[in-house]
Amino acid sequence: MTITTGDIELAGVYKHFGNLAAVDGVSLTIPDGAYCCFLGPSGCGKTTILRMIAGHEDPTGGEILIGGEDVVGLPPVERRTAMMFQSYALFPHLTVRDNVAFPLRVRGQSRAERYKTADAMLEKVRLTELANRLPGQLSGGQQQRVALARAAITEPRVLLLDEPLSALDEQLRIQMRTELRRMQRELGITFVHVTHTQVEAIAMADIVVVMEKGKIKQAGTPREVYAEPRDRYVAEFLGGQNVFSGKVESVNGAMLVVSAPDAASIVVPLHGRPVVHTGDRVDLAVRRDDIHLRRPGSAAADPGWNTINTRIRAIEYQGALVKVMLAAIGEAEFVAYIPEREFFSDSFTVDDIVVAAWRSERSLLLS
Amino acid sequence: MSAHPLPIARLPRGARRAATYRDENRRPWTFWVLAALFTAYVLALYGPMICIYVLSFQDVRGGLVFPMKGLSLHWFVDLFTQVRTGDVKGGFERSIVLAILVTVLTVVGSFMAGLAFRSRFKGDGALFYLMIGSLVAPGLVLGIGVGLLFQYLGLQASWYTSALGAHLSWTLPFGVLVMFAVMSRFDRAWEEAARDLGATRWQIIRMVVVPILAPGIVAVALFGFTLSYDEFSRTLQTSGPLNTLPLEIWSMTLNVTSPGLYALGTVTTLASFLIIGVCLGAIALMQKRRANQMIGQQ
Repeated sequence: MTITTGDIELAGVYKHFGNLAAVDGVSLTIPDGAYCCFLGPSGCGKTTILRMIAGHEDPTGGEILIGGEDVVGLPPVERRTAMMFQSYALFPHLTVRDNVAFPLRVRGQSRAERYKTADAMLEKVRLTELANRLPGQLSGGQQQRVALARAAITEPRVLLLDEPLSALDEQLRIQMRTELRRMQRELGITFVHVTHTQVEAIAMADIVVVMEKGKIKQAGTPREVYAEPRDRYVAEFLGGQNVFSGKVESVNGAMLVVSAPDAASIVVPLHGRPVVHTGDRVDLAVRRDDIHLRRPGSAAADPGWNTINTRIRAIEYQGALVKVMLAAIGEAEFVAYIPEREFFSDSFTVDDIVVAAWRSERSLLLS
Repeated sequence: MSAHPLPIARLPRGARRAATYRDENRRPWTFWVLAALFTAYVLALYGPMICIYVLSFQDVRGGLVFPMKGLSLHWFVDLFTQVRTGDVKGGFERSIVLAILVTVLTVVGSFMAGLAFRSRFKGDGALFYLMIGSLVAPGLVLGIGVGLLFQYLGLQASWYTSALGAHLSWTLPFGVLVMFAVMSRFDRAWEEAARDLGATRWQIIRMVVVPILAPGIVAVALFGFTLSYDEFSRTLQTSGPLNTLPLEIWSMTLNVTSPGLYALGTVTTLASFLIIGVCLGAIALMQKRRANQMIGQQ
């Protein structure tokens, strides 16, 4: 059996540790050559899924298919997967070259042969001049490149990365995001990347899989999960949204009128969501960069807009944007991101009374 | 200690400040008390041994106490030629062979135990306490027990069966404890990575686990060897008709009253140092080779 493509299919995968369901019925398809990020807080089961795809953990139930073949029970080599560990797990007693050549050594290649391949690989990750160092003498970023080279040298179909950037400092992390994407494009293989950082996930992935307590909450393109979160959990985890709840006042065709504490009625488009009845409690979201701030009474009430009269709690200058924290919906965090130039054309100060407004159709009903 | 006896007032400004500073930094009296105590301790510890080594180099007139009578290697020659001093050569050989056997079994046993104890298994607690039990049991009692067991079973006690077992009851738990400490710094991700990269179980042990743990394994070997080589109490009742070196020395103290006894002490000490030196040298060589390999290609 030879696996030639790197498409992955998880079909109803479970993993129990004693009574604890670490992975609780996960089904997902990752196409060949995709960059997929599993995103979630620690303990949500994302690493367990990765380890099950890698073959370091066996599922309690369900099937895992790589390239159309059921790989449950197969060792990693036969799956043609390679894993990059969180701490990189470089062998401390071997030089960089010997680390990278290790997979070829266990396959019985001669020293000359495997060094040739390893050196070519080291050139690809730009580590040629460090080939004779020991891992302990490398920086975090260099160690990561060694780990990547070592994992990629056997030409796997799937590369599994467990929190690959968590050990690096901020600047390097941003640099390595591009580096990893570049490697993925060059190798043309499927990358599955586990992270708890949403910025990382949406910046790098073709598919973002948001997880909570062993279940998939939402899977889609970065834009889908960020701009159209399905529920409160995804919206809050991905950030960038003001999330609050309210009571349905009336259902009016394609529109919904919701009353929220401290706010006038908010109009929300239904977008064909399941039936909602008057009196139901619903969760709403509105993107923070969709909020506009106006001076009270500066404009007449606009029928196409939702407005809330509120007070500014705090202002944080963030460069391109200004983060304005508002006391809008009770105790819920309510933030407006105002483009820097726009903010300073008529700047507000803390404790100013303002009107927060956004176009009605930009409100999002969460399930 | 020796501050200049110059009056401080006559010194230039900077030096005056320095002098006062030094004054304030004078060691407290407790330092001298503890230093004296420590010196006395070291003297008590090494003094007698050094006396033995020195006294072993007397000539034929030599006695068991100072003053030295002449200077020669007479008693060393005597040690290996005189029959009346006992079977030193045989005892030495038996002790070395026994220590090597014990070392090999201890290294293999504690390495495997170290691997096993990384995860929980049924009865692991009981096994651990059983092991500690044999470590804390008085050696003489344990030796008598093993000796009696052999007698009861109708087996002939000998240095390579009953004594070997008795020694292992001491070195094995020791080795395992050392191994635990060594293993605690071993990252399981290394093993997992090796498996991920296609290594078989044996390749993982051979290419990853053993090389990374090598210094710890050498330490266990060293412990095993030295503990067995000078073990007395566990050997007394278990060595059978032929003596190991510590037993031989002990029996000599009962009937030999010449510096030959001291010469024996010197020789056995040198043998111990030689073995430790070889081990440490091997480690240093390994590290140097690794460093050279790195520099050579840069």
